[in-house]
Amino acid sequence: MTAAISVAGLTRRYRGHRALDDVTVDVEAGSITGLLGRNGAGKTTLMRIVAGQEFASSGSVRVFGASPVENDQVLRRMIFIREDQAYPDVKVGHALRVASWLHPNWNGEVADRLLADFGLPESRAIKKLSRGMRSALGIVIGLAARAEVTMFDEPYAGLDAVARQVFYEWLLAEYVAHPRTLLLSTHLIDEAAGLLERVVVIAAGRVVLDAAADDLRGAATRVSGPALAVDEFTAGRPVWERRRLGSQESVVVAGPLARESSVRT
Amino acid sequence: MAGLDADAPLFAQVAERLAAEIADGGVAEGERVPSSNELAAYYRINPATAAKGINVLADEGLLEKRRGIGMFVASGARLLLLERRRNRFAERYVQPMVAEAERLGIAAGELIDMVRAASHAQDGLIQEGLAL
Repeated sequence: MTAAISVAGLTRRYRGHRALDDVTVDVEAGSITGLLGRNGAGKTTLMRIVAGQEFASSGSVRVFGASPVENDQVLRRMIFIREDQAYPDVKVGHALRVASWLHPNWNGEVADRLLADFGLPESRAIKKLSRGMRSALGIVIGLAARAEVTMFDEPYAGLDAVARQVFYEWLLAEYVAHPRTLLLSTHLIDEAAGLLERVVVIAAGRVVLDAAADDLRGAATRVSGPALAVDEFTAGRPVWERRRLGSQESVVVAGPLARESSVRT
Repeated sequence: MAGLDADAPLFAQVAERLAAEIADGGVAEGERVPSSNELAAYYRINPATAAKGINVLADEGLLEKRRGIGMFVASGARLLLLERRRNRFAERYVQPMVAEAERLGIAAGELIDMVRAASHAQDGLIQEGLAL
């Protein structure tokens, strides 16, 4: 595989606290990778450092083989849309025009069609936009930029279910029309799971899982039924969750069930 | 992931859906099957996952590639799939049915009568359908 983003031994300290702790991860060129983890796990810090907006305490970050820090050759080939993306006090149309100057692959037609699909008026002042509409603006800019490396950090704050579907549809359509490396951090794992080729999970600043998304399906199994039978059936397997209601029990165990055990009664 | 199950590998499900479509005659032999991009858009999944699903069927000789045009259903694919389904019929349908019947105390003879009755009812429906 060719890595578009290559992070090795990356540590970021803030006053004794390690926001990132020896993170090593490669993001394959031309893939859609999901960056998952709870709030405060370090997802945003990692993306900010990859985008050259923050510095590593130690370790290395390479984008297209070069450091992104103050490196115009690299930065013009990537875009990073932050969750709390701040904009100057201008109208939507102005923000789009500025973005079009900064990104050499900018596609105005894509931007126009996305604006229409999100119902986002060009003449509206950005500070008057709702939370969801500001997220939509970030998505418009992020996709229309057609940057070789495109990073979205929790792109859908405030977006309703319909608008999120618009985002997923456009993300796929744009990825197919103009292949690029996509890195997406998200809480909405169920919704985005099908889009992801690879999944990287961060917890407390460390990478705890880095795997092909399809290998993870079936990595855990829920077993429900009479408590005695469930206990007997799941004995010896690592248990991730256990719930009981009277004599009934529901347990999540690691690993898929063997074929014969799934039809056994 | 429209319409797919979150717990099983998506590429395998895509392959299974396509195979079912071919077996049921939804796509005839010699016809083009949807491209990986079309499948990706339909199921809202990664195009690489969809391509992997198509490749499963291509590797089994059920689809054949025509360069620059796409993937087509190979001749003989439908019969092969139907035969495979027939071979799995007992395991997938008969065994679970017999197990449930045992749990409910339904005797084998009674079960056979029920299957017969259901089969007659089905025949009736088909006859009606033909008459319409």
